[in-house]
Amino acid sequence: MTQIDYTRAAKYFLLADFVKGFALGMKYFFAPKATLNYPHEKGPLSPRFRGEHALRRYPNGEERCIACKLCEAICPAQAITIDAEPRDDGSRRTTRYDIDMTKCIYCGFCQEACPVDAIVEGPNFEFSTETREELFYDKDKLLSNGDRWEAEIARNLELDAPYR
Amino acid sequence: MAEFFTTNYFGIALLIIGQVLLLVVPLLVALAFLMYADRKIWAAVQMRRGPNVVGVFGLLQSFADFLKYIVKEVVFPAGADRVVFLLAPLVSLVMALIAWAVIPFSDTLVISNINVAILYVFAVSSLEVYGVIMGGWASNSKYPFLGALRSAAQMVSYEVSIGLIIIGVILSSGSMNFGNIVAAQDTGYGIFSWYWLPHFPMLILFFISALAETNRPPFDLPEAESELVAGYQVEYSSTPFLLFMIGELVAVVLMCALVTLLFFGGWLSPIPGLPDGLLWMVAKMGVVFFFFSMVKAITPRYRYDQLMRIGWKVFLPMSLGWVVFVAFAAKFDWFWGTFARWTVGG
Repeated sequence: MTQIDYTRAAKYFLLADFVKGFALGMKYFFAPKATLNYPHEKGPLSPRFRGEHALRRYPNGEERCIACKLCEAICPAQAITIDAEPRDDGSRRTTRYDIDMTKCIYCGFCQEACPVDAIVEGPNFEFSTETREELFYDKDKLLSNGDRWEAEIARNLELDAPYR
Repeated sequence: MAEFFTTNYFGIALLIIGQVLLLVVPLLVALAFLMYADRKIWAAVQMRRGPNVVGVFGLLQSFADFLKYIVKEVVFPAGADRVVFLLAPLVSLVMALIAWAVIPFSDTLVISNINVAILYVFAVSSLEVYGVIMGGWASNSKYPFLGALRSAAQMVSYEVSIGLIIIGVILSSGSMNFGNIVAAQDTGYGIFSWYWLPHFPMLILFFISALAETNRPPFDLPEAESELVAGYQVEYSSTPFLLFMIGELVAVVLMCALVTLLFFGGWLSPIPGLPDGLLWMVAKMGVVFFFFSMVKAITPRYRYDQLMRIGWKVFLPMSLGWVVFVAFAAKFDWFWGTFARWTVGG
């Protein structure tokens, strides 16, 4: 003869779990939403956020990159390809600076390695494309990214400077 | 003019078609917004926003979905029986829709005021299971077939207790006509004169059985999107899938209407003195639908053996016992005649 648990039986027949669940459900029904209305509303980003790459310029318009190839060397995914030649004025500049964004793992080593803050990962994370080819970035694309995001990138570098 | 619609055969046919359109079109439009409401309620309980992009507050989301379903390609599985494959969703939808023929929205707004209305609804909604079985079988695939078997067993099991619960209501109103059942609930005390009070345990049982009957969570084992993909409708795509989906939702709204008519006094006003009418009926159905949605949001899914155990070992004896109780209470006028408010016969 097994003992009947009357409390449990009463709870079962009175749907205690359901009533409690319903109350909890109604509580959350009127609670503020936890989600963001994404395309119109975005979450905050850290100054250290590692997003889409950009090549920066000096204020006078000269590109910063000196083709030292440290980024190419350190890139764990081997996503960066650089060719370099001396320019007519004798300075060493890249003739080719490609990043294969499909290989990149966004580790940020390239911007860590860069001695002149030329290659940086900016705050942009919305750069999906419809074709794979569009993700093979060349120097023009990276420089135009730099021009487009310079204000944010400079501000983020400044904010992060005390910790470096 | 009125003569043309009552004597001429062509006129009668036109009148009937007009009445049917007058019911089905608002029903399907309402369905689109109910689908949206369902998703919004579900989202709100999970602290999400839900669909909010298409139209103002996302109100047109369902129409965008309908359009998407319609323009997609219909995929026929290899070796499928094409005729049955396409017939199954139609059976499912049509069976769900024709039950509405006897559902009254007010004392005059009903397409067909027949005296065995409940039996008719019950018979037609039982036929819905054929759509499921045909769909599962015609797909020529193991998984839809297994899903169809599960689904059929579930729907058949809960029909038994739904039938017994309805018998309880029939016993205390003495009629199978919805108009008379609602009239029997009109004793002048507003919300407290309806059958939900004397028949309260059966209201709960009916609601839960309705969830199981329409394959809604927590009894959505045939679909169980987190474990089973979609049961009997795995192989369906595009418009046939849309028909299945609409058929299922029409059945849900039909259950809302049944709960309203049997237990919440249909179109009667909850406050004595206020006028009765269509709006009360719609409002009550909305409230019942809200509960359907909330249940979906707050309950975990039952295991299959638990589902069968509740159906056969809890609901069946309880509803059977209740029928016996109501029979005695009605016959011997227990509880000041609460259980016997006969409007016809006796």
